[in-house]
Amino acid sequence: MTSTVRTGGAQAPSAPEFPMPRAEGCPFDPPPALKKEQEQGPLRKVRLWDGSTPWLVTRYADQRALLADPRTSADITRPGYPSSAPVRGSSFSFILMDDPEHARQRRMVTAPFTIKRVEAMRPAVQKIVDGLIDDMLAGPPRADLVQAFALPVPSLVICELLGVPYADHDFFQENSKILISRSAAPEERGAAHAKLIGYLDELMGHKIARPADDLLSGLGTRVGAGELSRREAAETGVLLLIAGHETTANMIALGTLALLEHPDQLALLRDSDDPKAVAGAVEELLRYLNITHGGRRRVAVEDIEIGGEVIRAGEGIIVPNDIGNRDPEVFADPDRLDLGRDARRHVAFGFGVHQCLGQPLARMELQVVYSTLYRRIPTLRLDAGLEDLSFKHDGAVYGVYELPVAW
Amino acid sequence: MKVTLDQDKCVASGQCVVAADDVFDQDDDGIAVLLDPTPPSDRAEDVEQAAAVCPALAIRIQG
Ligand code: HEM
Ligand code: SF4
Repeated sequence: MTSTVRTGGAQAPSAPEFPMPRAEGCPFDPPPALKKEQEQGPLRKVRLWDGSTPWLVTRYADQRALLADPRTSADITRPGYPSSAPVRGSSFSFILMDDPEHARQRRMVTAPFTIKRVEAMRPAVQKIVDGLIDDMLAGPPRADLVQAFALPVPSLVICELLGVPYADHDFFQENSKILISRSAAPEERGAAHAKLIGYLDELMGHKIARPADDLLSGLGTRVGAGELSRREAAETGVLLLIAGHETTANMIALGTLALLEHPDQLALLRDSDDPKAVAGAVEELLRYLNITHGGRRRVAVEDIEIGGEVIRAGEGIIVPNDIGNRDPEVFADPDRLDLGRDARRHVAFGFGVHQCLGQPLARMELQVVYSTLYRRIPTLRLDAGLEDLSFKHDGAVYGVYELPVAW
Repeated sequence: MKVTLDQDKCVASGQCVVAADDVFDQDDDGIAVLLDPTPPSDRAEDVEQAAAVCPALAIRIQG
């Protein structure tokens, strides 16, 4: 280190460990130590499980700027990439690729996610949601909301869209869970990934032989035309299957818990007939809960100057969107859940070219769920103490493992 | 106001359509299409919202 520009070197020995623990009894707030980093400066250093010390970008404006900066790479195989666990090759499709290949492969699957196509699915999603609530109401007046409702809704929807048989949901839900768990051993995660790839590959075979009107058949056509290898098609299938149900399921269950803990806000939502108010509530819950709590991970491919400091080429960057969404410069009284605020500028879906492909679908599903569930079961209540619930501290996606409810 | 859209940058997030569906649309693959390059000034707020949330920084506003 020869230049006079301050780099993280001097700070690194004392860099705090990342990820950091949340506070006891505050399941919806980012870790206090993480918020403290934000107060201390825009660019900090943290220490990962492997001893590496990537940069932490703490503020909303810098987070957006960096995620939209072509001098950052999402390629997990590049030296310096701040991985959340031991890496086993890059096989997560375009979410871990850079442009132009990222753009080429992403554009192959964007069609079903346009606003119009997603809106056309709304009645079918409403029917799924109503059907699951009917089933709940027909049984005893208590259930685990995760198994009875939060997981089946997005799983049924993504299966329909991709052309995956829902009957296989135990298999893919179980393996997705292992794959995105930080605490699972690398071999375990590798095995889960291999099983999912094998499953999708076999399914691709069927789609290629007998195409249907679904996304995987569309990918099969690309394979036939030589635009995509069969392996790449299977990887994209796995990415969409996992991203399509794990995230939304956690938003449904954790969102419901947050609302049950904020009854005045729940009442606002339940009593509103205005689709705009419901849409606004969804944005605020996305901001407030920011379930992808491990931070976006990137590595600099060129030197990047931000706020008087320089991120050197080859250095890792972590962008924790949970504290970006609690940046007081952007959101007044950021730690308050306020369904009436304009939260649309949140970064819960990330930012830049990797911003969530499934966001129109996720929004629509959540709008249907939040505007239906509490209205049809107005006496819904938590059937356990908050302190008895176990939270997904160890996973790439935050949420509750089980949500016992009664009515 | 004058709006420009760089389709090469667009990543088909659909955010501009949600913000102002009378100014932006999407083609069959989700790539944004500018319906009205000179929207009336009473649409300014929604168009600015679209530009602010576009993850690809593909929307520019002049005047
Ligand atoms: C509430 C639910 C959801 C949340 C909070 C969420 C969050 C995110 C975030 C933060 C990213 C950015 C990753 C990065 O920058 O490194 C992302 C990417 C992605 N999401 Fe979602 N997501 C949700 C639902 C969905 C759904 C329903 C799908 C659909 C099928 C989906 C598919 C994807 C895909 C394919 C990417 C990769 C995009 C790319 O790399 O170009 N997501 N999501
Ligand atoms: S908001 Fe930007 S990236 Fe998204 S569809 Fe519109 S122009 Fe494309």
